[in-house]
Amino acid sequence: MTPGSSYLRRMLDSDLIWQFRQAPAAMLAAAVLVLMMICAVAAPLIAPHTPFDPGTLNLMDSRLPPAWVDGGSATYLLGTDEQGRDVLSTIFYGMRISLAVGVAAVLLSVTIGVTLGLIAGWFGGWIDAVIMRMGDVQLSFPTIMIAFFIDGIAKAVMPPDLREMTRFSVVILAIGLADWVQFARTVRAATMIEKNKDYTAAARLSQVSSLKIVFAHILPNTLGPVIILATLGLGVAILTEAILSFLGLGMPPTQPSLGALIRVGNDLLLSGEWWISMFPGLALVLLVLSVNIFGDWLRNALNPRLK
Amino acid sequence: MVAVIVSARDLGRSFDASAPLIQRLLTRAPRLTVRAVDGVSFDVTEGTTFAIVGESGCGKSTVTRLVAGLDTPTDGEVQRLGRMGQPLRTQMVFQDPVGSLNPRWRVGRSIAEPMPLSMDAAARFARVSELLETVGLVAADVAKFPHEFSGGQRQRIAIARALAAEADLLLLDEPTSALDVSVQAQVLNLLKDLQERLGLTYLFISHNLAVVRFMADRLAIMYLGRLVEEGPAERLFQAPAHPYTRQLLDTVPDVANPRRNREPLAIDIPSPLNLPPGCTFHPRCPLATDLCRRVVPELRSRPDGTRIACHAVTDEVVS
Repeated sequence: MTPGSSYLRRMLDSDLIWQFRQAPAAMLAAAVLVLMMICAVAAPLIAPHTPFDPGTLNLMDSRLPPAWVDGGSATYLLGTDEQGRDVLSTIFYGMRISLAVGVAAVLLSVTIGVTLGLIAGWFGGWIDAVIMRMGDVQLSFPTIMIAFFIDGIAKAVMPPDLREMTRFSVVILAIGLADWVQFARTVRAATMIEKNKDYTAAARLSQVSSLKIVFAHILPNTLGPVIILATLGLGVAILTEAILSFLGLGMPPTQPSLGALIRVGNDLLLSGEWWISMFPGLALVLLVLSVNIFGDWLRNALNPRLK
Repeated sequence: MVAVIVSARDLGRSFDASAPLIQRLLTRAPRLTVRAVDGVSFDVTEGTTFAIVGESGCGKSTVTRLVAGLDTPTDGEVQRLGRMGQPLRTQMVFQDPVGSLNPRWRVGRSIAEPMPLSMDAAARFARVSELLETVGLVAADVAKFPHEFSGGQRQRIAIARALAAEADLLLLDEPTSALDVSVQAQVLNLLKDLQERLGLTYLFISHNLAVVRFMADRLAIMYLGRLVEEGPAERLFQAPAHPYTRQLLDTVPDVANPRRNREPLAIDIPSPLNLPPGCTFHPRCPLATDLCRRVVPELRSRPDGTRIACHAVTDEVVS
């Protein structure tokens, strides 16, 4: 009905942005997050080396310590690993994988959770009972175990040559399927409230179809908490992927995520080459910490009861 | 010509208030049903206001939802006759001005919602602006969100939305009870004015007798799911016959005579889960006899055009 340009102006003028300016921790977290995302997305452009091109690797340069330690070289700022790959570059590429898996897994969880939550909340009755009990059963297992389970099934049903190729999708599927319940619960609760509000009744009197009521009226009113949960869920998803990779179930060594890098370096930790696993570990901590701080701030900022 | 556009025939709606199945099996509790509406019949005539009055919990909102088609009756039926063979279109104005508008929709979009899909954007915009002005707001308000308005303004937006559909029947479910008294008058004047200009038909629900007196052409008094008295509004206000109607009118505060001796309703309204036998009003009724405690009085017509459900009142016209 009205030109969409005013949306942006309203958004920039909003309470949320004002609150953001009042929260230094959130601003710092957001800045770190944006920086890391840029490093991850632009890894091929800004990484000093191309660590996964065997042609550029020199085995003579393997296990070099960071530049500021004796024996370090300025070419490899954070040192090199066993195969002579630059640790800084592998971190950039690793963050790329970690973030991609995390974001994709959360999107999958959100899609599944929101859809099932809307169905359960809208229809109620036995449909609701079946969906929510399914969620309850799943919640009684640790997330990581569900991910193991899905990962194991995928391995069992796929021919060996496909396994490497589909690792990325399988890891996303495993994490995404393990984490939908919280979204479904939140959306279901909100749907049950919204569907009994008078504006829904008014829409029904105007012969608006149920599908349209659900998508145009109810869904937008349930998304606030979903956005918060999704932000916090990103941290969890990245960690879950790191755990899977660390245990050898996640990304393969040819496409290492931060977790896989830590695993590679872990074997060398006791022989003194601490930098190979320490730096990817620090990157992981920093990434998840900024996601969580930002998510926490978002939760507080959007919760009217905490104002 | 007077045409009836909605007719409720022996309308009933029961709700299941039983405990959950497992608990019921464990405690051997029987199923519980609440008869929220029982044997309600009335006609709404085109271009008039039919008001239903009663205490909270008497089932008046349930009647509205049944007439609107938002709920299905367990007994009887609502004959939606419509105007000249057309299907009846109903719209509703709700009690709570906060919940009746989607908080994430600009009000223009909410008002345009009932408009036919065949209308193009320009025509919709023009109509929405016109409607906003009709209810005393300005066309520029289309782009605002509901939270930018006061309760009274929101209620007027809800009225604009109800008008947008060009509905035959507007269901007004306590449209003013959430508003300040000064704003109430504004909204009521608007409704009255719109009715005169556009020939609207209202089904008006309220517990506020002063408001009803201002609005209603015909009036029905509801008590615990049943109609106890029905008739032309002025007649009922002038000469209430049913003891409940009389007590109800007696409770209205009177500015001219503020310290008069009022008869308080003796006891609390009985639980709808456990209705008294016979006439449900007998525990509070000064005229109750043995007959009232045993037999449910039927709603019968009286010579003066009213209908009443009472054993104690005779057909001679009281004044």
